[in-house]
Amino acid sequence: MKRDRPGLLARLSEVLRPHEPISRSAYLAGVGASAVGIFALWAILTYGGLVAPLFLPSPSDIVRAAAALIADGSLAEHTWASVNVIVTGWVLAVLLAVPLGILMGTLKFVEALLEPVVNFVRYLPVSAMIPLLILYIGIGTPQKVAVIFIGTFFQLILLIADVSANVPKDLLDSAYTLGARRSDVFGRVLLPATLPGVMDNLRITMGWAWTYLIVAELVAANRGLGYMILDASRGLFTDRIFVGLFTIGLLGFGFDATFKRLHRLLLPWSPKI
Amino acid sequence: MVAQNLRLAIRGLSVVFTRRRGGSVTAVENLSLGVREEEFVSIVGPSGCGKSTLLRIVAGLIRPTSGEVMLDDRPVEGPGADRGMVFQSYTLFPWLTVQGNVEFGLRLRGRPPEERREIAHRYLDLVGLRGTEPAYPKELSGGMQQRVAIARAMANEPAILLMDEPFGALDAQTRSVMQELLLRVWEQTHKTVLFVTHDIDEAILLSDRIYVMTTRPGRIKTEVAVTLPRPREVSVMDTPEFIALRQRVHGLIREETLRVLGLESRDHL
Repeated sequence: MKRDRPGLLARLSEVLRPHEPISRSAYLAGVGASAVGIFALWAILTYGGLVAPLFLPSPSDIVRAAAALIADGSLAEHTWASVNVIVTGWVLAVLLAVPLGILMGTLKFVEALLEPVVNFVRYLPVSAMIPLLILYIGIGTPQKVAVIFIGTFFQLILLIADVSANVPKDLLDSAYTLGARRSDVFGRVLLPATLPGVMDNLRITMGWAWTYLIVAELVAANRGLGYMILDASRGLFTDRIFVGLFTIGLLGFGFDATFKRLHRLLLPWSPKI
Repeated sequence: MVAQNLRLAIRGLSVVFTRRRGGSVTAVENLSLGVREEEFVSIVGPSGCGKSTLLRIVAGLIRPTSGEVMLDDRPVEGPGADRGMVFQSYTLFPWLTVQGNVEFGLRLRGRPPEERREIAHRYLDLVGLRGTEPAYPKELSGGMQQRVAIARAMANEPAILLMDEPFGALDAQTRSVMQELLLRVWEQTHKTVLFVTHDIDEAILLSDRIYVMTTRPGRIKTEVAVTLPRPREVSVMDTPEFIALRQRVHGLIREETLRVLGLESRDHL
């Protein structure tokens, strides 16, 4: 008896088993299908004249707008300005939140000092603090950096505290029975033990930092991707808005991949890889 | 027991934990025991009898409410490298290689690198893990991780080795192989060991003496001398002497377990 190749339905049911691994080719097929599907839908809606260019520009419109922004150097300038603000604000938040978070998750007294304050500030909308920030530090770049800082610091400190609180106590006790003193335990056990979790949360909060971009560039900005989008929306240049969004998406993609790569490279022992 | 060769002496030890909402629990009450130099002593007892608490007190990780713990006639005041400990949970440092883990204590004491390497190799040899030096813990099986943990504790050359159900998390087959390995390691080193377990066969196979604890509050119920000749092989477990010891220890622990369940004798079952 001749056996047919498995039909589409059979193959579909094969890749839809809960929590079961699928072949690499099936995975790539999914990635491809999603990209092609979105692009096809977009092309049909725009070239088919179903949606006006004012609401959704066609792919070629966006490429044209992007080419113009690249040609006059403004896209590079805006991108550089935004990356600068975001990375500066995020790095400052990381430098403070990681050590404080580790202490907060480890020492009950530090937790008592910080947790109520952090949980209070964490819920305040960053945009509501802009008037205060202008009053305190003006309308220059520091104000924009401060927005990113506030947006990430208070979240990151809690995430890091959780990571360090979950370091198994037996790990610390092992170090003590091997002759470690309390001062050894911070650097030799707690810090390395938190690194995989810290690395994960750095990646996640970098993503959050980008979502604050528009808020950061709301006030008195004359460059930056957020400014570019706000400016384009005033003139209803929808194509430029999309160029800005695509650029942010690509940058996010790049940062995420870099963090994952760094995790593998710097922490080859990490149980998370 | 001749007082002067006691490596570890515990006298009149009590531990009372205070509960958050008031009230208190007596985990260990007026407990005394001793471990001689080069002796392998086990503590067995029903679960929750405070045997792990007792070991953590000797390690200096918990402070007793009253009583004293003396190691080589000096009082124990906190954790220290003279009391090595192997835990039931996997406690290798995941960011260090096998080599780095075994060297951890030696590094803390500033031993030179060649000496550290030489000592690490010796103890990895002892537990049969030469060649795994560059591996990270995540690449090792549970049994291998516990062997490295034993080598790590022994590399510090502690006066006493404390073992808190070190094979408790392993499957039955691996556990029996690990018991055999520890038996061989002990025959070679004659390390002073205080070993906590709820596995009666494991305690008899490995020990010179066994302390049976009562249910909470934990006290010493009886002391059982294991007179089986050394060096021992696993085949000793089939001898009538071993079986008689097993029945005796089993009976003692059963009495305590029945008391926990509020059943004074088996007639109530």
